[in-house]
Amino acid sequence: MAARDAGAGSKLTRLTAAEIAAAVASGEVSAVEVTQAHLDRIVAVDSDVHAFLHVAGNAALAAAEDVDRKRAAGEPLGPLAGVPLALKDVMTTADMPTTCGSKILEGWRPPYDATVTRRLRDAGVVILGKTNMDEFAMGSSTENSAYGPSHNPWDLTRIPGGSSGGSSAAVAAYEAPLAIGTDTGGSIRQPASVCGIVGMKPTYGGSSRYGLVAFASSLDTPGPLARTVLDAALLHEVMSGHDPCDSTSVDAPVPPVVAAARQADVSGLRVGVVTEFSGGGSQTGVQARFTEAVELLESLGAKVVEVSCPHFTYALPAYYLIAPSECSSNLARFDAMRYGLRAGDDGTRSADEVMSLTREAGFGPEVKRRIMLGTYALSSGYYDAYYGKAQQVRTLITQDFEAAFEQVDVLVSPTTPTTAFPIGERVDDPMAMYLADLFTIPSDLAGNAAISVPCGLAPEDGLPVGLQIMAPALADDRAYRVGAAVESALEQRWGGPLLAKAKELREPSGGTQ
Amino acid sequence: MTDLAQLVPYDEALSRYEPVIGIETHVELGTTTKMFCGCPTTFGLEPNSAVCPVCLGLPGSLPVANRAAIEYTIRIGLALNCSIATWCRFARKNYFYPDMPKDFQISQYDEPLCTDGWLDVVVGGRTVRVGIERVHLEEDTGKSLHMGGATGRIHGAEYSLVDYNRAGIPLVEVVTKPVAGTGALAPEAARAYVTELRDLLRALGVSDVRMEEGSLRSDVNVSLAPNGAAEWGTRTETKNVNSLRSVERAVRFEIERQAAVLDAGQKVVQETRHFHEDHGTTTAGRSKEEAQDYRYFPEPDLVPVAPDRDWVEQIRASLPELPAARRARLQAEWGLSGLEMTQLQNAGALDLIGATVGAGASAADARKWWMGELARHANVAGTDLAELPITPAEVARVSALVQAGTINDKLARQVLEGVLAGEGDPDAVVAARGLAIVSDDAALTEAVDAAIAANPDIAAKIRDGKTAAVGALVGAVMKATRGRADASRASALILDRLG
Repeated sequence: MAARDAGAGSKLTRLTAAEIAAAVASGEVSAVEVTQAHLDRIVAVDSDVHAFLHVAGNAALAAAEDVDRKRAAGEPLGPLAGVPLALKDVMTTADMPTTCGSKILEGWRPPYDATVTRRLRDAGVVILGKTNMDEFAMGSSTENSAYGPSHNPWDLTRIPGGSSGGSSAAVAAYEAPLAIGTDTGGSIRQPASVCGIVGMKPTYGGSSRYGLVAFASSLDTPGPLARTVLDAALLHEVMSGHDPCDSTSVDAPVPPVVAAARQADVSGLRVGVVTEFSGGGSQTGVQARFTEAVELLESLGAKVVEVSCPHFTYALPAYYLIAPSECSSNLARFDAMRYGLRAGDDGTRSADEVMSLTREAGFGPEVKRRIMLGTYALSSGYYDAYYGKAQQVRTLITQDFEAAFEQVDVLVSPTTPTTAFPIGERVDDPMAMYLADLFTIPSDLAGNAAISVPCGLAPEDGLPVGLQIMAPALADDRAYRVGAAVESALEQRWGGPLLAKAKELREPSGGTQ
Repeated sequence: MTDLAQLVPYDEALSRYEPVIGIETHVELGTTTKMFCGCPTTFGLEPNSAVCPVCLGLPGSLPVANRAAIEYTIRIGLALNCSIATWCRFARKNYFYPDMPKDFQISQYDEPLCTDGWLDVVVGGRTVRVGIERVHLEEDTGKSLHMGGATGRIHGAEYSLVDYNRAGIPLVEVVTKPVAGTGALAPEAARAYVTELRDLLRALGVSDVRMEEGSLRSDVNVSLAPNGAAEWGTRTETKNVNSLRSVERAVRFEIERQAAVLDAGQKVVQETRHFHEDHGTTTAGRSKEEAQDYRYFPEPDLVPVAPDRDWVEQIRASLPELPAARRARLQAEWGLSGLEMTQLQNAGALDLIGATVGAGASAADARKWWMGELARHANVAGTDLAELPITPAEVARVSALVQAGTINDKLARQVLEGVLAGEGDPDAVVAARGLAIVSDDAALTEAVDAAIAANPDIAAKIRDGKTAAVGALVGAVMKATRGRADASRASALILDRLG
């Protein structure tokens, strides 16, 4: 029994979300079987990968049973019913803890579901558990998690990217076919890139932030991670749409992303290569794969031109004023008064002292660094020079995009300048760590859509490289259309998905545990 | 500086210094739900029962602005003759305090919804135009209860409890421009302004404006400058002055205190001060040096507010008759002088008289009863007129009974007393106390005869034609009937018998 399950299960974990949904809908396999297979896979590999902070096995199986019951009763099922998913631990869940990778929220059980969480449940998506992340989504490696780093399934000694590194690692390690991440400066696309999977940052406001524990409110955007462009589009469609609980949510129909992913055609499309991001600065193999991807697009019928976005070079410094400013305010509420950690409350100390001691004990160094940066940038007398100036730069970057999108339909660049770096390499060098988001930050500041799709392995280290495709706000479908075309052409060239080139993770012998 | 010995007597202070006042008033709006979530705003609920993830500031929750609160604020702005912003944003005011769930308050900073208006108030018989700097919208904080100490303040308390029911209730702040030139009338002007603002807000139907429940609270700014000085002095801000009387007292106290500071050659410290109801004094709070840097920045969780012009005009068109216009109309209708009108207003009698007139009494009668006998009762009881246990309809009925000759003014006072004592409505009191005038000849003749018999000297004078003496016999009849006799009928009967 165990052996048979292990065999069948490992097959189930290799399926795409679209395949699983079809198999569940047709009754070929039950949602419970699919869920159990992924829970088994988590047991088998997650001690090495450490993608999850919390696995909700019973709740997942109950949700799967519900899907099976509905199917048996002939009730209509959503396009992703019965498909397992890994949820970034920054989205609130009424039945699971939500830690944001921080000690300050250890053990906190939110009394409510995030809108994204609720939409997933309503659609019959099976939430397996909560994934690891850099504390409060601040970082590019998961090394800032208070619960230890996640590991890149391609090479366990390397980072899986961040901050949604638990989500990217879970998908790349076949622990889940789908995951939710959040992108503030690149936190979906960069981990997707270094794990060799697909990650999409939707247009800001396209997916609800209600229940997303805020890092930087004007930037935070939930989005999908998946192994295929179509799977990402299916999840995008299920999780998105207007939410009256989020004032910044866009009151417009979700762009036709699934249709675009199926269309996968770039003939006649104008593709702009961002001059500022295509010169030096990237690892040799990253640059080589990017150049090949651009040539591929041209061979598929796209018209490629160079486009200058002169203010993109100021994106990183502007981001590191705006995001910390907002975080310094957003994270003020962790004050020990109502929930989460409370330190030093021995009956002799004032509320002020308990607040200070708790924040001292509960926040990690990167979070403290950004709170201090932001507090400084917003201070009276410095506001205009820092926060105010950064907002002006943000406007200029948005105008660069607008001008570029008058010339071309999409812009492309490498997703991140390097492949996955070794765990520990940049922990003492925050500036080096920040550079991982160099190419992704402009789309966060401007709020437009951007996707990362795998475009090969860097020859020098054999690790995945991502291609970033940036589309105008509310033209998310265009990013999917180009991404799917690249994916399809490359898989033909490779004879299968890039991830098939990753070596198998060691599973403990003897079948399921 | 709170030593009462260090105060300069008020008149003396005013002989050397010119006060400038300014008032910031916080008003809790009477919307059904809170500013950024759907929780009820009901006062007096079980602590922490009207809360949700949003008003508790739980991680991940987001605010959504209450359209009704924005409409109410525009209504206030229009009534205060302000300009309404075409586009403005909320801002975050950052500071740590346990009763503030997010450790920042969503407020408005440099982009208030309403700016640059005015409100006229009458002080000492002349009209003072109080400039309105701004009217902005924000959320209220929770309420801390400091337990185990003697004072109820955080200092000396053993522990504190926080009730978040109030957190997130929409709060409007109305800020005046500095008001100069009122001289010795500054305390009265401050009170008149808050009174006028309260009446205006009540007329607009945007708040229940109950100062005792804290739904209207004022901070009072006062500065003094030597007479004829080119610049104003340093101001203090006395926080949470929670009654009309306290507004007046706080200004008066600060004038006396600051005069003493300046007389001593010292500088007034720019600081917030606390008002103490029991002594009518203020004590120092936070000074400017300790003032917090609130690190204001535009609230990224909310979209800008851009009130459509048509909507603003609709709101303007729907404004009710405002207190000043109503007063002018009533003054004309009732034929009163400006001073008489001010007296009615100060006594809080306008609405009561209006309602009494509405119930059928003449304006003169309504005014006579409310400002006379009933004002005396209120004064004795130490309450406001409106708190007396008698309705305008009942007062109108008393007036009608007098008009009908059923009772006279003297009996009417007894009827009012009976109603106030809870003996029932005016008719019931008249019946129970037997107060109806006796004009029936059969009943009166007996008393008349007894009076004539008891006063033979007076009777003789009348018989001699000195009819002016009849009054003395009528008095005796009245005494015998405990005031119930119809005096003119009694007089006629006496003259009839002795003529």
